Amino acid sequence: MAYLVNTPSERQQMLDAIGAASVAELFDQIPVPLRMERPLDIPPALTELELEAHLRDLASRNGAVGTRVCFLGGGAYDHFIPAAVDAVASRSEFYTAYTPYQAEASQGSLQAFFEYQSLICQLMGLEVANASLYEGGTAVSEAVFMAMRVTDRHRRVVVLGSVHPHARQVCQTYLRQIDCELVTIPTPDGIANLAEVARVLDDQTACLVVQSPNYLGCLEQTRELCAAAHKMGALAIVSCHPLSLGLLTRPGDAGADIAVAEGQSLGIPLQYGGPYLGVLACREEFVRKMPGRLIGETIDRLGRRTFVLNLQAREQHIRREKATSNICTNQGLMALRATVFLTLLGPEGLRETANLCLQKAHYAARRLATLPGVELATQAPFFHEFVLRCRGGAGPLLSRAREAGFDLGPALAPQDAPGLAAPQDCLLVAVTEQRTKAQIDRLVDVLAR
Amino acid sequence: MRNMQATQLLSELSSPGRRAARLPPCDVPEVPLEQLLPAELVSSAPPPLPELSEPDIIRHFINLSTKNMSVDTHFYPLGSCTMKYNPKRNERLASLPGLVDLHPHQVPELSQGMLELLYSMQQMLGEIAGLPAVSLQPAAGAQGEFTALLTASAYFRSRGETRTRVLFPASAHGTNPASAALAGFECVQLKGGSDGFVDLAELKTQLDSRTAVFMVTNPNTLGMFEKDIAEVARLVHEVGGLVYIDGANMNAICGITRPGDFGGDMMHYNVHKTFTGPHGAGGPGSGPIAVRDFLGPFLPGPMIERHQTANEPPVYRLVNPPHSIGRVRSFFGNVGILVRGYCYLRTLGPAGVRAMSENAVLNANYLLACLKDVLPVPQGNRCMHEFVASAKELKESRGISAMDVAKRLLDHGFHAPTVYFPLVVAEALMIEPTETESKETLDAFVEALRTIVRDDPTHLHQAPHSTPVSRPDDVRAARQPILRWNPS
Ligand SMILES: Cc1ncc(COP(=O)(O)O)c(C=O)c1O
Repeated sequence: MAYLVNTPSERQQMLDAIGAASVAELFDQIPVPLRMERPLDIPPALTELELEAHLRDLASRNGAVGTRVCFLGGGAYDHFIPAAVDAVASRSEFYTAYTPYQAEASQGSLQAFFEYQSLICQLMGLEVANASLYEGGTAVSEAVFMAMRVTDRHRRVVVLGSVHPHARQVCQTYLRQIDCELVTIPTPDGIANLAEVARVLDDQTACLVVQSPNYLGCLEQTRELCAAAHKMGALAIVSCHPLSLGLLTRPGDAGADIAVAEGQSLGIPLQYGGPYLGVLACREEFVRKMPGRLIGETIDRLGRRTFVLNLQAREQHIRREKATSNICTNQGLMALRATVFLTLLGPEGLRETANLCLQKAHYAARRLATLPGVELATQAPFFHEFVLRCRGGAGPLLSRAREAGFDLGPALAPQDAPGLAAPQDCLLVAVTEQRTKAQIDRLVDVLAR
Repeated sequence: MRNMQATQLLSELSSPGRRAARLPPCDVPEVPLEQLLPAELVSSAPPPLPELSEPDIIRHFINLSTKNMSVDTHFYPLGSCTMKYNPKRNERLASLPGLVDLHPHQVPELSQGMLELLYSMQQMLGEIAGLPAVSLQPAAGAQGEFTALLTASAYFRSRGETRTRVLFPASAHGTNPASAALAGFECVQLKGGSDGFVDLAELKTQLDSRTAVFMVTNPNTLGMFEKDIAEVARLVHEVGGLVYIDGANMNAICGITRPGDFGGDMMHYNVHKTFTGPHGAGGPGSGPIAVRDFLGPFLPGPMIERHQTANEPPVYRLVNPPHSIGRVRSFFGNVGILVRGYCYLRTLGPAGVRAMSENAVLNANYLLACLKDVLPVPQGNRCMHEFVASAKELKESRGISAMDVAKRLLDHGFHAPTVYFPLVVAEALMIEPTETESKETLDAFVEALRTIVRDDPTHLHQAPHSTPVSRPDDVRAARQPILRWNPS
């Protein structure tokens, strides 16, 4: 069933108009030896009813967050999504449109993305935001490339070891090709040591990449780190958890030149890792070096307020190999979700959500640390995620929790947290506003047994 | 009926103290903030987001949605983008809680349903490509290109070869050169023959031991099957290079011919196009790549492997290829879009996939046959799933540009084709109807164009006349960029 519309007799009329004897004739351009001689070896077609049963069966074999208690973190979080987000994102005028190249036919999307840019600026404390990148990991890499363009330093990038390992690995993949050194500063105490950072930065460094809250949930001394980068003429790139900004100092206010984030927590479902949302904002002076689409406000021929794709001379469809990035299709619908989500929360809702995350995470940390053989792995302040160190390894504790229906983790591998002592004994625990005291208490009871 | 509220921005609609979302009271013993966080890390006030009620927010965004054209509301023949119908069942199934609420760090034992789905998707994409090794990670076509070029680079490095150049024809999409540059290659653009095909003689003069990859879209961006593709591939392989197929136009050839069979070594899919993603107002997409077996060990990890032991159900695992280039993004890929693509392929099956391409090509050729006396189509009488008309003569004779035609189509209730791409056709209008449009719709579109080319030029320069806005001042936008709401 290929969602076809025309009947056999209509198809015949169309062939007659073309002047072709058969549909096969339309493929005459394809040399015979190159054609497929057999049907594709893919599973047979299913009716809607059969497909539904099949997908329900597949779905039933996954431990999704609704059926279990989720304390999983590590860059994706089980935050609440109000129904209004889905209601807007399921408007098919949005989700069945494409890139708003024709402004007159796309004012809905264009204004929504302009709103998104405005909200992200307000959230980050910066002056410009683009209309989205793929996800948090490539957002870091795009920011790094941007910093190289701004500083005209192309040989050295410094990243804290506490930055999400996926973001560091993506950066490594992106940089390997162009002969740029990626220096990682270990963070044994859970956060960066300022003296060590000052020692590593030099006047060839394009940027310092900081994440706060970092992969271990800990809060970096962002202000001091940005100042250290600036002292060497490097840019400060700060990656953050958007919901933490209900309470924490905004990256722009702490001195960040470029702020990035994994925007999943802004109303985007977990869906096994994507699609998520790459957030990128920066100071106004760098706007022409930015990657990705930008929506601008202007007027039309009759003086009416109008939104358009702006400064496209940075982009691949105009600038080709000299473009600031190769991105074309971005994450529009996810940016729309984030816009609706942030508006539903508003300043007070954002602050309350952040406070609930903070309080519940600290309650959970206090209680879990009373278990025999279990301690907090760092003393650093944290937001809604922390590292537990378990004598005898993280594995047994994780499996005991899992058997009782609680998901914790991920467990840390040595490369996930360079410098952290005994990583094999460590695991992450994230606590969102959705977790209750009763769930936390039950988890502690299960692990105490 | 016109609703003016939607032109105001959220921050202009904001009223201090309004609330939408309410949160439950804190159920754990609350500790004063200053005991939990150092004072210098805490902000004095939350970010100054707009304050609105839920009814106002919904009305705002729903009114905004009505200012869009979309596949569900209009014929949307945007060339190269495959704007086909997005089946509603895919939306519903991708939203099943067991799929949409699965955490990416959930252990494989508790993700077997998802891993089975993704594994089957790898298999199906490998089969349709004729290229067996598949990575689902890339977030869109452009990232697929980049990932494949890094994969090629790692392959050459493993053989001790330094190859520095990526070649592509002038008709290539902008992402091809942009991806090549990002991957650290020198870009070499071929002029191409006057007929729009790769010029073999020119290709030969550019190919040498520095050639890493030749990138080519097939069917090409003029909607023609590269007739010499086998010879092109032979020439590239002869100098030790690899052939990359930009798969944006796969909607023309699924089940009919395969990139792996016509000489491609690597390709990307745009699941949001060919397998009806949907397009999400500009994304998210999904750009899996398929490559030859010998390139598989270099693909980004993790990939999904199936283990079958006798009398046991199969077990799916995540593995990293032995010589992997590393990660190109966080987690596994745009899974939500891959799930929709999976639903689509399972609905179609082998015959349906082929019927999809056959009817896409039939619709395009019918439209071409009806249109070619209205607007010239330089490439001739036949096409694959799309074709490129030119308003060059119209511009010269009557001052009507491709842009004028595109804008006036909006008044007739049709989305515009892709305009001014590919660069090799002057005043280009790239038209891709897809297989999910009826003959009546195509006929009505032809009639609209017939009317437009006879329209008064002044009226056309000011078109569209029925849309919420008309002819934005792009120069003003660029000169003094306003990129966010500013309190005035
Ligand atoms: C021919 C061609 N190549 C590559 C791309 C890039 O794909 P994406 O937008 O998914 O990154 C596109 C579409 O935008 C295209 O039309």
